[in-house]
Amino acid sequence: MIKRLAITALLFAGLLAGCDKTSESKQEGGKKSLVVGFAQVGAESAWRTANSKSIKDEAAKRGIELKFVDAQQKQENQIKAVRSFIAQKVDAIVLAPVVETGFEPVLREAKQAGIPVVLSDRRADVTDDSLYATFIGADFIEEGRRAAKFLVVKTGGKATIAELQGTPGSAPANDRKKGFEEIIKDHPDMKVVLSQTGDFTRAKGKEVMEAFLKSPEGKNINVLFAHNDDMALGAIQAIEAAGLKPGKDIIIVSIDGVKAAFEAMAEGKLNCTVECNPLIGPQVFDLVEKAVAKQAVPKRIDVQEGIYTEEQAKEALPTRQY
Amino acid sequence: MSAANPAAFGWWSARNRLRGVSSRSHFPLLMTCVVFLLIYIAACLRYRGFFSLQVAVNLIGDNAFLGIAAIGLTLVILCGGIDLSVGAVIGCTSIFVATMTEHRGWSPALAVGVALAAGTALGVVQGMLIHFFELPPFLVTLGGLFLCRGLGLLISRESVAILNPLYVKLSSWSLPLGGHATFPLVGVLFVALLCIVSYVAAFRPIGRYVYAVGGNEQSALLMGLPVARTKIGVYAFAGFCSALAGIAVTLYTSSGNALTGSGLELDAIAAVVVGGTLLSGGVGGPIGTLVGVLIFGVIQSAIAFEGTLSSWWARIAIGILLLGFILLQKLLQPERTNP
Repeated sequence: MIKRLAITALLFAGLLAGCDKTSESKQEGGKKSLVVGFAQVGAESAWRTANSKSIKDEAAKRGIELKFVDAQQKQENQIKAVRSFIAQKVDAIVLAPVVETGFEPVLREAKQAGIPVVLSDRRADVTDDSLYATFIGADFIEEGRRAAKFLVVKTGGKATIAELQGTPGSAPANDRKKGFEEIIKDHPDMKVVLSQTGDFTRAKGKEVMEAFLKSPEGKNINVLFAHNDDMALGAIQAIEAAGLKPGKDIIIVSIDGVKAAFEAMAEGKLNCTVECNPLIGPQVFDLVEKAVAKQAVPKRIDVQEGIYTEEQAKEALPTRQY
Repeated sequence: MSAANPAAFGWWSARNRLRGVSSRSHFPLLMTCVVFLLIYIAACLRYRGFFSLQVAVNLIGDNAFLGIAAIGLTLVILCGGIDLSVGAVIGCTSIFVATMTEHRGWSPALAVGVALAAGTALGVVQGMLIHFFELPPFLVTLGGLFLCRGLGLLISRESVAILNPLYVKLSSWSLPLGGHATFPLVGVLFVALLCIVSYVAAFRPIGRYVYAVGGNEQSALLMGLPVARTKIGVYAFAGFCSALAGIAVTLYTSSGNALTGSGLELDAIAAVVVGGTLLSGGVGGPIGTLVGVLIFGVIQSAIAFEGTLSSWWARIAIGILLLGFILLQKLLQPERTNP
């Protein structure tokens, strides 16, 4: 018994030593720099990682103390993070909502605590506009429209389309779908025959595409529209595994413009990517600083973006940062 | 002794077993409390503003839905079973309540009532399958998991905001605690449920039956305890708790999302085990689960306060704690001699 207890005690001592290590390093404090909490969605795609990096780098450049929380794509984690930012009395909160709904109570708490909130990249559905200072992000509906317009030209208005949707309920998934449908409804020969969620990840994109190809409608598909590049890249693997040529047998268009997508385009496996710029750190912190200084800021700010096709991919590739 | 009537004997034996076990089982619970306090104190010393009433009550309020689900699961595990359907029931309930109140014009009370009844009914069905057909709980509740997750996504794949005035009022209601600290309704629900379950588990016959069945189902049966009723009841209650946790989520976020709570069953199991409940059944209790949930919360909060650490460290810490605790439980368990 004593031996056992000794082992146990040792085990816990080790465990606590591990804990202690993390609790030493930081002691400087004192300086009155801005403290900003950033509740990020997760690290589900290359786009997101580039977005996080842009924010972190910009904060470091400006000497802003950044509290960064990765919500692991769970809304409940994100709400917890925002509430803990409020409890920490940060100067401002940047939030990239995982889903559009359900942030009203926590945003109201932030407002009551007098902490300005900047929504980044994704919208939040709230009944009261004054709950956040501003929203900076891409126009997802426009991205969907651009993807569809490219296809109209590329296919001559005739297509049997499979769609890989993003996370259900998220603003980019809802809006990209909406913008896309807006354009193709004017073209009766373009039809979305299969549509499922690939959760914005490469692995799910591959899995769902495999299922698409095996389904009865599978052999008719000649176009794939993926809500982001990562899912498209996964789907490319599935298409190749099925013995088809991505980019030829199946025209692929996706959104985001990550580096890997440019590489795939250079190889002719992807036809088009609609850029959705993640490098918004500088713009975000401009807004944060204005909001903290109580200056007026517009409620909606768009991010500058382009569209790239296979032909342009080789040229653009060396300049891509993410 | 053997001449005494079986019911009385059963009662006496179960109670004695409980006593014998509880003295041994206090140690893991004590360790859990010590670990929690150490992390909490370390965080308070390290982060300015961590030692405040609001942060402390947030630990309960922000993890209320996990806690509510974990309480139901505690009883299942005490009874020697497992319930994997917890997270899926939460997601399904939350989207059901949101869709019904927003798109179908149901009153919130009706939607909540139906959701709780449905959760309980699912528990009853799972319990009956497990007891009468002697199917492994792991598989039966895995079936429940897929069923509910699918059902939830069938109801609506998009998250639905709840704008019903009564619901919004409830979700923004919170108990003022003095100063700026407030305690949300979901936290109150969690604490109330915890008190009731702790009382029932410790002092009511049905509570003791749960321990007896979990300790040794055969002898519980031979002692004439209502094994079937206890087991099915425990699963039914877990179903009820999961549905209640789903409703807590809708109150917490004032919206429903079919994907909420995915993987939450595993967090709940971890909280229960870290809280000192033996996975083999018969030992532990809801208070330990509370501390387990608090450890979850305090680690997550500390990471948010730290601000530079990846939040996946929370999982790593829980993983280490979990391994530590099961090892601890194993070391403290007496070697069983074969009769």
